[in-house]
Amino acid sequence: MSNLLEVNNLKMHFPIRGGVTMKNVGFVKAVDGVSFTVKPGETLGLVGESGCGKSTLGKCLVRLYEPTAGQIVFEDDDITKLSQSELRPLRKDIQMMFQDPAESLNPRFSVRQIIREPLDIQQVGKKSERDAMVLELLEKVGLPASAISKFPNEFSGGQRQRIGVARAIALNPNLLVLDEPVSALDVSVQSQVLNLLVELQKELNMAYIFIAHDLAVVKHISDRVAVMYLGKIVEIADADDIYHHPRHTYTKTLLSAIPVADPTIKKERIKVEGEIPSPINPPSGSAFGHRLNHPKYEETIGLDMPLVEIKPGHWVAADPCCLSKEDYIKAKALV
Amino acid sequence: MSNFENILEVKGLITEFQTDSGWVRAVDGVSFDVPKGKTVGIVGESGCGKSVTSMSTVDLLPKPMGQVKGGEIIFKGRDLRKIDHDEFYDIRGGEIGVIFQEPMTALNPVHKVGRQLTEVLLLHKNISKSEAWKEAIDILDKVGIPSPESRVNEYPHQLSGGMKQRVVIAIALACKPDLVIADEPTTALDVTVQSQILELINSIQKEMGMSVIMITHDLGVIAETCDEVVVMYAGRVVERGSVMKIFKEPQHEYTRALLASIPSLDSPRKSELTTIPGTVASITNFVDGCRFCQRMERTGETLKVKPELVEISPNHWVADCPFCNNHGK
Repeated sequence: MSNLLEVNNLKMHFPIRGGVTMKNVGFVKAVDGVSFTVKPGETLGLVGESGCGKSTLGKCLVRLYEPTAGQIVFEDDDITKLSQSELRPLRKDIQMMFQDPAESLNPRFSVRQIIREPLDIQQVGKKSERDAMVLELLEKVGLPASAISKFPNEFSGGQRQRIGVARAIALNPNLLVLDEPVSALDVSVQSQVLNLLVELQKELNMAYIFIAHDLAVVKHISDRVAVMYLGKIVEIADADDIYHHPRHTYTKTLLSAIPVADPTIKKERIKVEGEIPSPINPPSGSAFGHRLNHPKYEETIGLDMPLVEIKPGHWVAADPCCLSKEDYIKAKALV
Repeated sequence: MSNFENILEVKGLITEFQTDSGWVRAVDGVSFDVPKGKTVGIVGESGCGKSVTSMSTVDLLPKPMGQVKGGEIIFKGRDLRKIDHDEFYDIRGGEIGVIFQEPMTALNPVHKVGRQLTEVLLLHKNISKSEAWKEAIDILDKVGIPSPESRVNEYPHQLSGGMKQRVVIAIALACKPDLVIADEPTTALDVTVQSQILELINSIQKEMGMSVIMITHDLGVIAETCDEVVVMYAGRVVERGSVMKIFKEPQHEYTRALLASIPSLDSPRKSELTTIPGTVASITNFVDGCRFCQRMERTGETLKVKPELVEISPNHWVADCPFCNNHGK
């Protein structure tokens, strides 16, 4: 087993109902044909602007949404069509952690109840031993043992996120899907949580899918990074490679837009008009080419633009609007 | 206006809020200047009092719970705390524009964009409705909204997030203010839209020669847009000075830690980031002495009184706590 997770051409289309009969009038194509793999113990970063489908993709992976089409293979088992009861034993191995620590923890549960819940459901160990496990988890995420009988409202944002981490790792998952885990936190606290996540990954050999919009954070924690735009992955490569040698214009644009905390650096900006278009009626050709008003946009209408491996380990969409001339010639040959 | 070096001078501002446990001091003696035509950034973590500071200057605190209890707010030579309510109406929206954080909540969802824009024009300028409408279209054009003639007749929900923020900026700039307070103007926006908006504010500022107070928690935004920076922690200024000084020679331990804790694109993968231990104390537990010492849980001999700001080099001020910087007396 070389890949822990394999996602093939995954689609998540949400129906839009309208009119008095609530007829189906269209689809929001939130995730539209996404494929990637994750190896054991590695971190795949998933970046993109709001509305690009990165969170929807994360939720599909843990089957909080039922994907419309495609395949999710986890540890060589196809889990796309499993029923909820068939999924239950697998939940041990795939866990998810959410963005807002204030909303993802039940305010009426004590920390003991919150962290014990997965242990109870999966019946890990003896009942009498589970409190000791909770204490061990608290120690692992850097919370005092006295936290066990407190409630979420008694903690700060960073501490709540630590509780979320403790709950997510309680079952020793092989894969943890993290949906914007640090974006609600201040920088000094954010760095605490990031350090904790890196440390835990080393210790427990978990694979992470790290979803975030902050490119610097993603770069810091990821081994590989996938860039999403309008429901599709446009580029996926090693983190250093994607940051230092991006091929796709959208990746370049995103990178050039990050403000740098150094007043001596004046960055060259790639200017782009407007915003990410609605996934209800996405442009029929190159989505980013459309936003750029690219002269070659017309050519791309109806064109199949799959991801191609332009360099070992570096995949990019074969899009004539968004690649340099040489890159596109190379990519076209590979299609 | 004309011969003021500083468009705004805030001196020893104290703002308190009434809570169940009595009055709590959210802003504790904050002082800074905004030079004419410059951008001053106020940066700090949530709860440090940066928004309360700016809202105090324009008298937009939630009343009666929030009150300015001390200090002076000198705008173009006049103390804003001493002028009456009606006069403040003329200044706010007229001479001082405010850009709020959430464009979704800053705009009224039941009124057309045009009506919200002309409202401010009619209030502050002696012009007719049709003139105001024409001017509104001009302003929308200036903030980069395509086909402004039809956009004025649309409602906020018909616009995207970036467009809404442009409308909020248009309202703030409608009367050509001398000072614009931008309270986290890009926090709710995506990076590509953020860079569009920051560029817009920058270019309008150059064109109109106004001053800007940029409130943000993002040090990257500060580095790119500001001339001067005020770093706040727990209701107080810990360091202020030019952007170069603060980013290149930070003196206060808090400023240094804050800069070091941002992951940079060049730092090695999964390396350990600098952290600041603990969290900011709750506002009801603030100590009189150095609050960053409180965060660092420094025990033994600590400062018992509020550290004063001292000027260690021209226009570079740092809170004088012997434990938090090397420049204490």
